[in-house]
Amino acid sequence: MATPQFAKFYPDFYIERDLDKCIKCKKCIRECTYGAHIWDEKKKILKEDHSKCVGCHRCEATCPTGAIIIKKHPSAFREHANWTPWFIKNIYKQADQGGVLLTATGCAQPFKNYFDHLVLDACQVTNPPIDPLREPMELRTFIGPKPSLVEVEEGENGKFRLKKPLPRNIQLEVPIMFAAMSFGALSLHVHHGLARAAKELGTLYNTGEGGLHASLYEYGSNTIVQCASGRFGLHVDYLNAGVAIEIKIGQGAKPGIGGHLPGEKVTEEISKTRMIPVGSDAISPAPHHDIYSIEDLRGLIYALKEATEYKKLVFVKIAAVHNVAAIASGIARAGADAIVIDGLKGGTGAAPTMFRDYIGIPIELAISAVDKRLREEGIRHRVSIIASGGIRCSADVVKAIALGADAVYIGTAALIACGCTMCQKCYTGKCPWGIATNNPELIKRLPPEVAFEKIYNLVRAWAHEIKEMLGAMGLNSIESLKGNRDKLRAVGLTKEEMEILEVKHAGE
Amino acid sequence: MWHLVLKNKEMSGCGLAGIIHTKGELLPGELIIKSICLQEERGNGLGAGFAAYGIYPEYKDFYAFHIMAESKEALERVEDFLSHRTFLGYQEPIPTRKVKTIKNPPLFKRYFVKPKFEGELAEACEDFEDDYIVNLVMEINEKIEGAYVVSSGKNMGAFKGVGYPDEIAEFFRIDEYKAYIWTAHNRFPTNTPGWWGGAHPFTILDWSIVHNGEISSYGTNRRYLELFGYKCTLLTDTEVVAYILDLLIRKHGLPIQVACKVMAPPFWMEIDEAPPEEKELLTALRMVYGGAMLNGPFAILFAYNGGLVGLNDRVKLRPLYAARKGDVYYMASEEAAIRVVCPDPEEVWAPKAGEPVIVEMKPGSIPNQKSYLKPRPREVEEHELGIRCKHPAL
Ligand code: SF4
Ligand code: SF4
Repeated sequence: MATPQFAKFYPDFYIERDLDKCIKCKKCIRECTYGAHIWDEKKKILKEDHSKCVGCHRCEATCPTGAIIIKKHPSAFREHANWTPWFIKNIYKQADQGGVLLTATGCAQPFKNYFDHLVLDACQVTNPPIDPLREPMELRTFIGPKPSLVEVEEGENGKFRLKKPLPRNIQLEVPIMFAAMSFGALSLHVHHGLARAAKELGTLYNTGEGGLHASLYEYGSNTIVQCASGRFGLHVDYLNAGVAIEIKIGQGAKPGIGGHLPGEKVTEEISKTRMIPVGSDAISPAPHHDIYSIEDLRGLIYALKEATEYKKLVFVKIAAVHNVAAIASGIARAGADAIVIDGLKGGTGAAPTMFRDYIGIPIELAISAVDKRLREEGIRHRVSIIASGGIRCSADVVKAIALGADAVYIGTAALIACGCTMCQKCYTGKCPWGIATNNPELIKRLPPEVAFEKIYNLVRAWAHEIKEMLGAMGLNSIESLKGNRDKLRAVGLTKEEMEILEVKHAGE
Repeated sequence: MWHLVLKNKEMSGCGLAGIIHTKGELLPGELIIKSICLQEERGNGLGAGFAAYGIYPEYKDFYAFHIMAESKEALERVEDFLSHRTFLGYQEPIPTRKVKTIKNPPLFKRYFVKPKFEGELAEACEDFEDDYIVNLVMEINEKIEGAYVVSSGKNMGAFKGVGYPDEIAEFFRIDEYKAYIWTAHNRFPTNTPGWWGGAHPFTILDWSIVHNGEISSYGTNRRYLELFGYKCTLLTDTEVVAYILDLLIRKHGLPIQVACKVMAPPFWMEIDEAPPEEKELLTALRMVYGGAMLNGPFAILFAYNGGLVGLNDRVKLRPLYAARKGDVYYMASEEAAIRVVCPDPEEVWAPKAGEPVIVEMKPGSIPNQKSYLKPRPREVEEHELGIRCKHPAL
């Protein structure tokens, strides 16, 4: 007798088909990449295998007669506050397969979301709010090291001028950049969409660790190229292709481990870009094998700067872990131009569930702690802080900046803009929305122009909302929001939490 | 006891007035009293004050400490402190009159002092003296309960308290002083700390500031100043403005015109259109001094031994007028407040948003004259600019 597969008995979703509406066109079969819709040739009807459904809603969205609804499976276990279906089913899966639980996106546990416990201020009477429709409202942001003072001299014409030029900085027209997501994890179409959106918006996108496809070199002035532990696709032209190089030490979704792109996803194009054979697994090790200490990091930072003749900024990305403030201070001293901090809620295309859900600290606390530490040490001006992981709306951006970030990265939000439904199965390579896949048939579902338009619209809308919020606070420039805790109040936080965030409670 | 660290930031609307004689001739207190009293509607009786330059010619080389104290004991503690840390040239109570509406005023005394350096420090230069005095002021304000330094510059003084401008003028006998620069303030606070130190002008060394507005970027500015060791304890916008001026002009050596571009910078769309050198400078200022930009509605007048400057925020959300007749320049929140003391000015104008009105005296007009129109070498090395830099005097 075959060993029962317990996990299969209890599907997460329930595919409800309205047989009155179903015209048996079989579109759902073609759309579902998981084979959950089945044509019964004998009975000439459509059937479904609920256990295969991942809840991506593709069939529901594309069914021409609206005959399908994807529901949470109504079958219920007896209530137990501790042993919820999540844990029970995870144990079934592991008992069935004996493997590490895999997942995607960011932390799904209901940890306190500090963004949701912070409220913003607005002007009433004593100072006037500013209307961004009538007055200029400035979001321009500079990423990179700044001196602590400006020296001026008098020119021949009696006008003042700069005595010596400032160190190189990157100018952003909106303080929102696109986080590292590799070609391989994502389709080339999404990369094109991100790159074009970054260009039109005056911001940057990030190649991730998968190298840079030949067709994307033209977006160089809006590109951050990543140098991760696997060093895939890394050569001097690649390093010189963008305006900044990001050394990826860690990532919020899986601090302490490397990446894994399964061989099935390594197609011809990806193999060329990553410089690895077709079909081979691309495994990036947990550490950089040349970085075992902060001095080594300094070594790599300067090796990259040397290789690019000091024309590129070097960012260092770390996951927000317990000691993030001290680590960030070390990174600043090691010569990084910007520090990217990726919080607990940071997303991924593939991570062990335990890592995604339980390792790292929330980004809100991390930014505040890092900003504070760098200020105390008098080196805050020497690096920019980029907050990443769990930014869901423009108010989150505003709060992150008020907590001390210079700019933010968004990843998941940009993918949701492209139609991602957060099914959390990106690692299968079967993304039915054509986002996290390189299957040549599937990627057609999301043409690059659509990806561009959606991402561009999203950031434009957020930028507009940020301007409105700034105006309401009586500010007309983003630099007056930076680290401005007066604009934040806590609702329902403890004394310790407020101390770390350096905010007062509402009503205070 | 006075709680110098207020729990909440104050907010206020206000009236301003300032007068300067560019050849250093003395102008009677009468003028400034009239100009500020005309703007009575701009205050609510909860604060008024005056700053006067050139009032102590006989002690022109001494730092004039105007001390406010709640009790004799507090005053004694200040005296004890000063006698240890300074050479005391002269001291006297600040003359006051009884005013019916002013009940239980604090005690006021002035001390004319020079820094007392010990050992090696004795050879320190004059700039170092200024830092020494700044530290003394911070220490008295922070550590001596019930005492507060109202002003600390050479040959100048501030007089301020809770009341309408006419009451405060009467109380401090402003009509008996003559000065080559005057500024005045009439306050309309929205909360009522009822504390004399909360009134304007706010001063540090010979900088004095009167301010109308609310600085929405206060949180950012305060954190920025903390990087350089300034502690903003009073939670007033004016304090922040004073420290920013001190940092940019005195410490970083920026000319006033440039410092004003930091506090009220042009918009990017203007900067992007500027000629290359100017664009480069303005861009650098915004990149480096974003934390010192004053965002929100304001009009300020600030004065120093040698000049008077008026500045509006970058979109001009608070009123400011300026006028000239002969060698005398006038600035005020209302044109009427100028015309009441100068009915026939040769020029009257409303300065544009973010465009400073800078009036400096002719060179050599007054003793210890200062000029900040040219860039000066910065006073500190870059590595010393961090907050861990403490002066050996502390
Ligand atoms: S996996 Fe997606 S397409 Fe397939 S049945 Fe479920 S919701 Fe529909
Ligand atoms: S990208 Fe695709 S696979 Fe990943 S969560 Fe979104 S819809 Fe699912």
